[in-house]
Order: sequence, then structure tokens, then C-alpha cells
Amino acid sequence: MKIALSSKGKDLNSSLDLRFGRCEYFIIYDLESDESKIIENQGKHSSGGAGIASAQQLIDQSVDGVISSNIGPNAYELLKNSDIRMYKGKNIPCKLLIESFKRDELEEIKEAGPSQKGVY
Amino acid sequence: MNIAVLSGKGGTGKTTIATNLALLLEANYVDCDVEEPNGFIFLEPEDIKSRDVEVEIPKIDQEKCILCGDCIEACKFNALAKTKNKIILFDKLCHSCGACGLACPTKAIEYTKRAIGKIEEGKRGNISLKRGIMNIGEPMAVPILKELLKELSEEGINILDSPPGTSCNVVNVLHYAHRALLVTEPTAFGLHDLKMAVELVKRLNIPFGLIINKYDENNPYLKEYMEEENIELIGKIPFRREIAENYSKGQTLIHVEKYRGYFQQIIGNIEEVLL
Amino acid sequence: MRLGIISGKGGTGKTTIATSIAELEKGSVRIDADVEASNMYLYYEGKDMDKEYFSGSYVAHVDTNLCIQCGICNEVCKFHAIDLGKVNQLKCEGCGACTIVCPEKAISLVEEKTAHIYRTEIPDGNIFRAEMEIGGDGSGLLVSRLRQKAEKYGKNSLTILDGSPGIGCSVIASITGNHWVLIVTEPTKSGLEDFIRVYELTKHFNIPSMACINKYDINEEVTWEIESYCKDNDIPLVGKIPFDETVVQSINQLKPIIYYEDSKANKAIRDMWGRMKEDYIKI
Repeated sequence: MKIALSSKGKDLNSSLDLRFGRCEYFIIYDLESDESKIIENQGKHSSGGAGIASAQQLIDQSVDGVISSNIGPNAYELLKNSDIRMYKGKNIPCKLLIESFKRDELEEIKEAGPSQKGVY
Repeated sequence: MNIAVLSGKGGTGKTTIATNLALLLEANYVDCDVEEPNGFIFLEPEDIKSRDVEVEIPKIDQEKCILCGDCIEACKFNALAKTKNKIILFDKLCHSCGACGLACPTKAIEYTKRAIGKIEEGKRGNISLKRGIMNIGEPMAVPILKELLKELSEEGINILDSPPGTSCNVVNVLHYAHRALLVTEPTAFGLHDLKMAVELVKRLNIPFGLIINKYDENNPYLKEYMEEENIELIGKIPFRREIAENYSKGQTLIHVEKYRGYFQQIIGNIEEVLL
Repeated sequence: MRLGIISGKGGTGKTTIATSIAELEKGSVRIDADVEASNMYLYYEGKDMDKEYFSGSYVAHVDTNLCIQCGICNEVCKFHAIDLGKVNQLKCEGCGACTIVCPEKAISLVEEKTAHIYRTEIPDGNIFRAEMEIGGDGSGLLVSRLRQKAEKYGKNSLTILDGSPGIGCSVIASITGNHWVLIVTEPTKSGLEDFIRVYELTKHFNIPSMACINKYDINEEVTWEIESYCKDNDIPLVGKIPFDETVVQSINQLKPIIYYEDSKANKAIRDMWGRMKEDYIKI
């Protein structure tokens, strides 16, 4: 199972970036192999539809879940339609969130946040 | 002959000037501020007919679609995305460019329409009044402007009451303008934004003139700039609290004799300088 | 705490009020999100500390060595922006349709410079502003980039965004992600209509809003109508500012109105900010 985290930096010690569409990187962590992969978020370059571009990247990476915080309605719809579950994280190191996720402690995001259009 | 009324800065008096001129000249009036149109408040058209403005959006035939993702590559606006088993459209991001259809290898994309706003047309006496009005939540006004401006009467004068700003909305209005009236207020802000509007009309090669609204004799603002840039002054309307009050009630000014004079002067100068 | 200031209608006094609040709340981060006509920085003798180039869109670029002038590009362009390989940059939307069909692969999309972003240093902080190219595109991303730049400058208590008129993409981009939006309106029929539309925009995007009426004594009847509308829709009305000729003076002297002690607008704005801080804006 693979989960993606919107991250401020390139390794698991980096904090979670609360903004889904405009984060710097995604860390894709594989629960089975304990390996992680870093990809640069393409959405942050977009004029519009940043969340869509980011979500598309994760769909193409075949992730099963996403840990982030502010996910706008377009990205939310896209991830939901792809059966990717979303979990709410906090501004703490990604590796701690992964531990929380493994212990089933993270709350699932059940509805879209307000539009993030234009949000930095 | 299409005359655009623009300003750069908001609130300088475009609609005041445009509506009163349209009445006095017996010219057609087109409200191009489709995000926040106000002209009809003053002109009170009758027999209003309304129609939707529609834009094209892609419709994917899921049977023909092979989920190759070429359409997503082609779309520069992130309007299309691929889930595990289908392509979905984010309609408000779609620019109706047709690139997705061109990229699709299996001809799985057809185009359908969705409404983003309305065009309303009415009459007042001999003049025709037209406006565009964008649906709230839509990000793009330009398709409505194009629909609004594509069939303007070739006879007589059309006054194009433009939106504030100097970017794509205003540029699209100016594509149809033969002449421009720039309306400014004699303040530091007015001057700053006027310079951008002047640059725009010069870049588009549109002959233009200046109208100073809310004019104050004690204020030397603009005089230097006008001289430096060789800008023709078409008219001045003094600041009067009474004018503001009339405006607030949705009333036009030309039925009041002293104000009518200002507009008559403006028309005289338009004829001399611009036509 | 992020506060956006919008109006629907132009000229109601957003910049006057945004600047006043920024001056009353020392250390605020100021963002001039009216990227097509930014005025806030004019109040300050600031120094432009960094200038960043920004591209909001693409335009088609044709390699004239490869172009055979076949005209296939004309047929597919929905924006009448290309004619036998000649591109009209003002009309081109950077969609790339022409790049797909060109048989000689002579067309590519290149970044179009649409703005410069400045951090302008002023005595007690910074203003983040942009200057857009005439006819430019991509206001949403531009506002977003401005906000991103501003975020780095300390975890300041209050961030104020001075917005643009209208309800389109640049206004949308300046209201999302804010804790509150203040709608500045004026007591005119036009102002009321525009206020309702921009208020509905904030509802559409689920952003809490409050309102104030500037120059309210120009028409007390319409002021009353606005007050009723606010009451009926549970919109907090946080201030009513009287028309004051001193404000024009303050703009021309490029000194914020709150420094004119005898000005009635000054007093009303201070009262309003006090009310906003007490009941709504928690810093």
C-alpha cells in the first residue's frame, strides 16, 4: 500500500505541507517495503487547477492514500473518484504522521475543504 | 463607430460618462463590465430579451476512450484528469480551446455546451441597450465579452462601457473599439492607473481623448502629465456632491441643465478631436 | 490571521481602508492583490528590495524557418490568434491547439512574461505587489505567488490583502484561504447591486464576510437598504464611514487618512477596526 504526503522538504523529517495543490514535494511511502520516493509537485507551477494537477500526479503513481490538510473541491473530487482515501495531517514531521497512520490514528477527510484557488 | 469608455482605476466615472453620452448622442449602449454591470440602472431599458452565453466543453465517449491520457497532456489548463477508469472534466477551468479533441487518437471527444452567463438586450426610445452578465463563481469573463461584442450595429455610434483594469477583459473590449475615451479622477491613484490605460490604447493604436471627472480647480494633478504626453482633453466634470447623490439614486444627469452643458461640451470635443 | 478586502464595485475605498488598517495594526503584512492597478504602495516611500519575474501563461511561438504557411493553424485556433504562422500575442491564450496540428512541428509554447513581483520595503514592514504587463493573463497564480512571497516574511499577526474590483478570477484568488473578508461598499444603487454579487461570491467559496459602508451619508436611504440586506443575511456590518473631503486630500498628499486627526473618516475607521478586533478578528 502506498501513501503520499504533501511535504515541505525532501525527506521524512520534513514537515507536512498543509496545502495540497501548492506544496513543494510529495513523499510517496510504501508501507510494505518501507521505502519512500520523492517527487516534485507539478501542481505548484499551474496557473489554475493546481490541485487537479497534483492529484493527477498521485493517481499516476498509483497511491492508495494521501495525508495532507487543505484539499480543495476539485482535487477532492478527483481523488475520491479514483478511490484514493484522504487523511488529515498536521504541521509535524512526515515520519511521525506515517507512524500515526500505521496506528490508524489519523482522521479521514470526508468532505472537500473550501476552494484553494489562489492560495499560496 | 465604436467608442470605448475605459479608465484603469475603478470608480472614476466610466458608467456615468457612458450612460449620459449614450442618451445625449442617441447612441447604442453596451455594458461590457460583465462581472458587475451597472448601466441598466441608469438607462432603464424596456422589453428586455435575455439569452444564455454558452461555451463549449468536451464530452468524452467512455466507450471509445482508451484512457491514453493524451487529452490531459494537451490541456494546458488542468481541466481534464484521469482517475483509475475514466477521464473527468473540471468545467470551470476549461478554456474551450479544442486542444483535447485534436489530441485524442480515438476520436472519443465531442463538444457540448454549458452556460456561463447571459446577454440582455432592450430598448430605450431609439437606442438599443445591451449588456453581458457573468454567473457568480465563474472565473472567466472573456467568452461573454466576445458574445456581447460580436454583432454590434454598424450604423451610428456604439458606446462600449468597459470594465476597470487593463488586462484581458479590457483588451478584449478594445479589439472592437475605433476610438477611446479615458476617464480619470485628478488624484495620485487616478493618474497612476491612467498611465496604464494610456499605454494600452497607444499599444493598440486607438485614437483617444481624456475626460477628467470629479475635477477640482485647485488640483494641478494631470496637467503636467497631459502636456508631457500630448493628450487631448475632451472634457471636465467638476466634483459636486450633488452629482454623487444623483448617481447614488441611479439617475442620469443630462436632464439637469447645468450638467447637460458639460456633456454637450464633451460631445463637441469628441466630434472635433476624435471623429 | 488573513483578511481580504474587496468591494465588487470599483472606487468604494478598499485601498483607503486596507492601508488604514495596516497602519493601525503595526507589523501587518500588506499584499496589494489588485494586480492590474496597484495603488497601495503609492502611500509609501518604499524601496523595491526584490523584483521577481513572473509568467502567468504561455503564447505560441512559430519557428519561421519551419513554417510553410499552410494555414492549418488558422483553422484550429478558437481565438483568432494565429494567421498563417503569425501570432497575435494579445489574443493568444497559450492553449497549444496549433502546436498539435502543425504539420511541420514549427510551433511551440513559450512562457509569456506577464508581471513583475516586488517586495517593497517600508518603515514598518513590507508591501508585496505586482505590476502586470498590459493585457496580461494569469492573475490567479500571480496573486498566489504574491501571497507565497509574503508568507516568508515573519509569522506576522495580520496579513491584509487589498483586492481588485469585480468578481472574476483575480478576486476569487484574493479571497480564498482568508479567515475573513471585508466587503467595502458605498450607498449607491450600483454599489448595492455589486455588493450583493460579490457577497454571493464569498458564499459560493464558503468564506466568512463582513461589510462596511463607505461615504454612507451620500444616500441614507440606500445605506438603510444595505443595512437591511446585511441583517437579513447575517452579514456583520462593522462600520459606516461618512463622506469626508479630507480623504481626497490624504490620497493626494499620499498620507494615510488615519493621520489626519480631525477627519471624521479617520475616527470612523478607527472605531470600525476596534469593533472588528473585538468581535471578529482574533490576532
